[in-house]
Amino acid sequence: MAYLELDRVAKQFGAQTVVDDFSLSVGKGEFISFLGPSGCGKTTTLQMIAGFLDPTRGAIQLEGKDLTAIHPAKRGLGIVFQSYALFPHMTAAENVAFGLEMRNVPRNERAERVRSALAMVGLAGYEDRHPRRMSGGQQQRVALARALVIKPSVLLLDEPLSNLDAKLREEMQIELRQIQRTVGTTTILVTHDQNEAMSLSDRIVVMSQGKIEQIGTPQETYEKPASAFVSQFLGKTNDFAGTIDRTATPAQLVAGSWSAPAPVGLSGPVTVSIRPERIGFGDAGLSAKIITRIFQGNHWLFQCDSECGPAIVIRQNDGKAQPGEGETVRLIWRPEDMSVRARTVV
Amino acid sequence: MSMAAEERSVRAPWALTAPALMLFVGVLLIPLVMTVMLSFHDWGQYKGIEPVFILKNWHEIATDPYYAEMFWRTFRIAILTTLLTALLGAPEAYILNRMSGRWKSFFLLVILGPLLISVVARTLGWALLFGGNNGLVNKLLMSLGVMRSPIPFMFTETGMVIALAHVMMPFMVLSVWAALQRLDPQIENAAMSLGAGPVTIIRRIIMPQIMPGVLSGAIIVFSLSASAFATPAIIGGRRLKVAATLAYDEFLNTLNWPLGAAVATLLLVALVLIVVGSNALIERRYAEVFR
Repeated sequence: MAYLELDRVAKQFGAQTVVDDFSLSVGKGEFISFLGPSGCGKTTTLQMIAGFLDPTRGAIQLEGKDLTAIHPAKRGLGIVFQSYALFPHMTAAENVAFGLEMRNVPRNERAERVRSALAMVGLAGYEDRHPRRMSGGQQQRVALARALVIKPSVLLLDEPLSNLDAKLREEMQIELRQIQRTVGTTTILVTHDQNEAMSLSDRIVVMSQGKIEQIGTPQETYEKPASAFVSQFLGKTNDFAGTIDRTATPAQLVAGSWSAPAPVGLSGPVTVSIRPERIGFGDAGLSAKIITRIFQGNHWLFQCDSECGPAIVIRQNDGKAQPGEGETVRLIWRPEDMSVRARTVV
Repeated sequence: MSMAAEERSVRAPWALTAPALMLFVGVLLIPLVMTVMLSFHDWGQYKGIEPVFILKNWHEIATDPYYAEMFWRTFRIAILTTLLTALLGAPEAYILNRMSGRWKSFFLLVILGPLLISVVARTLGWALLFGGNNGLVNKLLMSLGVMRSPIPFMFTETGMVIALAHVMMPFMVLSVWAALQRLDPQIENAAMSLGAGPVTIIRRIIMPQIMPGVLSGAIIVFSLSASAFATPAIIGGRRLKVAATLAYDEFLNTLNWPLGAAVATLLLVALVLIVVGSNALIERRYAEVFR
């Protein structure tokens, strides 16, 4: 049985449906990410789990118990807010101790647990600092310690890393994953950053306009996107307009000067999606002119103008010579690396 | 930087602030210094003001219990007014802050409204409602048989405190409001998620953070109430004088300008000391919240 279960949860503000038909089963100890652009309803869903908002429809259950019937203060969930929402008039230790105080944990045990929680997030020795005298990363850690020290049944993270700079964010990602593995707390992360979702979570829930687009492991959602939205949102992708010609034998999928045996099922106008790193340069294929070539250390990034519109190509820096700007190349890819969807012609 | 440019950059701020500085010196500093000097001059019923240096006025203020009573009353009224505005204004600002958009702007206007009306008009309003046997409220209550004599409001300290609190309320609400704006919008949710109930949230999380706002509001209200003239003059009249009305009477009725100047100077010095002192105290106490 699922640990945390959301069953057809929906939230409406007036006539506007912000979350609709959201169903998800979370296993104990699992790390789940809600991924989507801003306004897709991911934070609203998190707030309904936290209890700051009541769902309009649907049920939320934790270990078989109806969570929506429990007051937010009694749910025992740990929450890390985007702004951290630390108590500025309290020291780091007092911030972390607050939840324990509310639970009437005896003073000695409280002190011990606060110390170990701060040590766990690498802030031993910062007990008496006030939040405003700490860096963003340190405040983030205090917020995490404050949420974890109460041994929450579920840890909810609302864009916790979005206020940190890129380098620190990467460090915190690794640390967050390690801490979550060690403590084993079931965790839900809300993020708009696909890298963050992919590197941290066991499963990703991709959301758009209040609806779930796909639930799957990071690899599944990247390799087998269930919709155009998912493939566009998770990493870069090239969409080429193509046609499936069923009159030829065998049936052909044609995109510009590139062609391959057509997959079964579809016919007529289609969209062909290929990840930039799956495209190579060959002798025959989609004709394209390289507009810009950018060196990025471990890889090259090419922006091309192809027969079927703009294309992005990423090539590993394997030391070999690469075509330069202005050169005309042929783009090739393996049929198994692309996904083909029907295209409506306007 | 060349010497000339350096010189220019030193002179520029002075040149730019000169007009304002001259106005400040001309209309504030010079009259103030003259008032202080005036308080050391002599005065007699028939000889008028004599520009000599004596401590007569100061000696009179220091020894005559009449002045001690005046200043003590001023202090008491200002403190009570401050307490009343804090007790009502802080919750008012908090509730206002939690209201949704349209109601918020409406009630903010209601609170700030009184600032748009002259103090005299507002205070006369109180007098119309509670002024003796002819006050509207008093008339109503007496005709209903609720009470026999009018509510003692005019010429009482209670009346003065209530009327002053009414006048000063916007300053307290605005000050607390500003402090509330600095609050993290998620802070209450954060406390709630950790298991705190509504009372604990207000007492442990909200109060300590808006305290600087309450205290700076208190400083404003206190100094304005202690030096207020119109309200005490209308509610208290000649019967219940405070420092400001006392100084006014010395100047315009007794024509003893030096004594009035001494009263005014003492009021100013006392206020500056109290305000600067409590400000320093607050800033030290709430250093972490202010950062």
